[in-house]
Amino acid sequence: MIDYDSLLAEKVRQIKPSGIRRFFDIANEMDHVISLGVGEPDFRTPWAIRQAGIHSLEKGHTWYTANAGLAELRNEIADYLERRFQISYRSKDEILVTVGGSEAIDLAIRACINPGDEVLIPEPCFVAYSPITALTNGVPVPIETKAEDGFRLTAKALKEKITPKTKLLIFPFPNNPTGAVMRKEHLEEIAEVLRDTNILVLSDEIYAELTYGSQNHVSIASLPGMWERTVVVSGFSKAFAMTGWRLGYAAAPAPIMKQMIKVHQFAVMCAPTTSQHAAVEALKSCGEEIVKMREEYDMRRHFIVDGLNKLGLTCFNPEGAFYVFPSVQSTGLSSEDFCQKLLYAQRVAVVPGNSFGESGEGFVRISYSYSIEHLMEALKRIEAFLKTL
Amino acid sequence: MNRLLNLLDKNCRLTNEQLAVMLDTTAEKVAAAIESYETQGIIHGYKAAIDWDKTDREYVIARIEIKVIPMRDHGFDEIARTIYSYDEVETCYLMSGGYDLAVTVSGKNFKDIALFVSQKLAPIDAVQSTSTHFVLKKYKERGVLLAEKERDMREDVL
Repeated sequence: MIDYDSLLAEKVRQIKPSGIRRFFDIANEMDHVISLGVGEPDFRTPWAIRQAGIHSLEKGHTWYTANAGLAELRNEIADYLERRFQISYRSKDEILVTVGGSEAIDLAIRACINPGDEVLIPEPCFVAYSPITALTNGVPVPIETKAEDGFRLTAKALKEKITPKTKLLIFPFPNNPTGAVMRKEHLEEIAEVLRDTNILVLSDEIYAELTYGSQNHVSIASLPGMWERTVVVSGFSKAFAMTGWRLGYAAAPAPIMKQMIKVHQFAVMCAPTTSQHAAVEALKSCGEEIVKMREEYDMRRHFIVDGLNKLGLTCFNPEGAFYVFPSVQSTGLSSEDFCQKLLYAQRVAVVPGNSFGESGEGFVRISYSYSIEHLMEALKRIEAFLKTL
Repeated sequence: MNRLLNLLDKNCRLTNEQLAVMLDTTAEKVAAAIESYETQGIIHGYKAAIDWDKTDREYVIARIEIKVIPMRDHGFDEIARTIYSYDEVETCYLMSGGYDLAVTVSGKNFKDIALFVSQKLAPIDAVQSTSTHFVLKKYKERGVLLAEKERDMREDVL
């Protein structure tokens, strides 16, 4: 018998599987479950983008692309970042097309972290940062964000966690799971703390196109003194409803990019060619589609926030992404208990807030990337569940 | 308030309160806007999207292309009125291109429609010719997919 435990990498074995995953394994075994759990758009990729992918296959574009991605796509990404967020990158050596935003996160962390370096991670947040940090022998240092601050990172909380070993700040806004957004004035505060340090920033802006209200998303890289220390990570999954195409990108100063591209080259060679051709079309002609989807999400956001608040599940008004993060503390149940009881009693699947870091305890994540009719039915069931408590 | 119309276009059973929440306004304002749309004739009615093929109703529809000869004091509008006044006519459009009026006609069966065309439409003086095409299957109507049931195929990945 092979003793796998003694053979396999200790670091990897110690990584805990995602809490979201574990929970949905239960839900998947049950019938008639209404899920509010998934973290991807319900929209299909706009048809023009799908056509561009099909067309590239018909023309026989089935080879690898350059490691960094198609030159045409990198040019489009550079134009887009300039046009939408006023951040300038040379397409030649400051933009890298990756396999989803996820790969870009992985590359950025691996390129920056030496053993023992501390990585500041505002929580609750997306589940990948901490395990990747651990795999690079970095030390994840959570920073708690709070409902009363609108789940924003504050300068005070940031300062408290900075040590001489701090290397990288993960900056995940608009935020999954809270929907928190950092507006320009909030970014100024953070930039002020970082400007005179040697700390780098990984700004995960995958939800940049999904912010609501009159103000656009502002990238922290657009603030004075920040461009040179920031890796911007984004992608096509959320904005263009292209999750399955696995296409993202990173934009960073050339010296950082030079290191990232080596890891990318040896790990995956290049992002999928078909997806890259499709993405060119997305950036060239699908701005209107983004607006339509955003408006739809915005209406659902109002609907679900209002509905949950009426049920007594106090809900901070999220300004970005497609999640709400209501408190379940009024029920007296822990996040996990609430989710499990709701699932068994009414067959509604939501994600316990503590899956996104300890500070998510007392909350649950509800995705509104579902039709209004679906959300209505879910709210009805949640109401019925709350009455039994 | 186009967003209100878009919402009603997709689902006209949402209450004014629900619409108000989604549009970040008040139920009173929604009610006033809807009333104004109704009086202006922007909203003509509220109909369900029914797939009659799945019911036991006998229901056949045909698309008829009609060429007409407009005459003095008897232009397209008058001819169209003569045609669309029949209950059997569900839609009636004036077209550019190879024919003039596109008409959708419904009946219990193919024969019903054939008789309607030969006995009601063709004898109209201004009608020069008709060309009847029966609908065999509806795939999509007014943005709603009828042929396939949409299923949520998303998997939980993280």
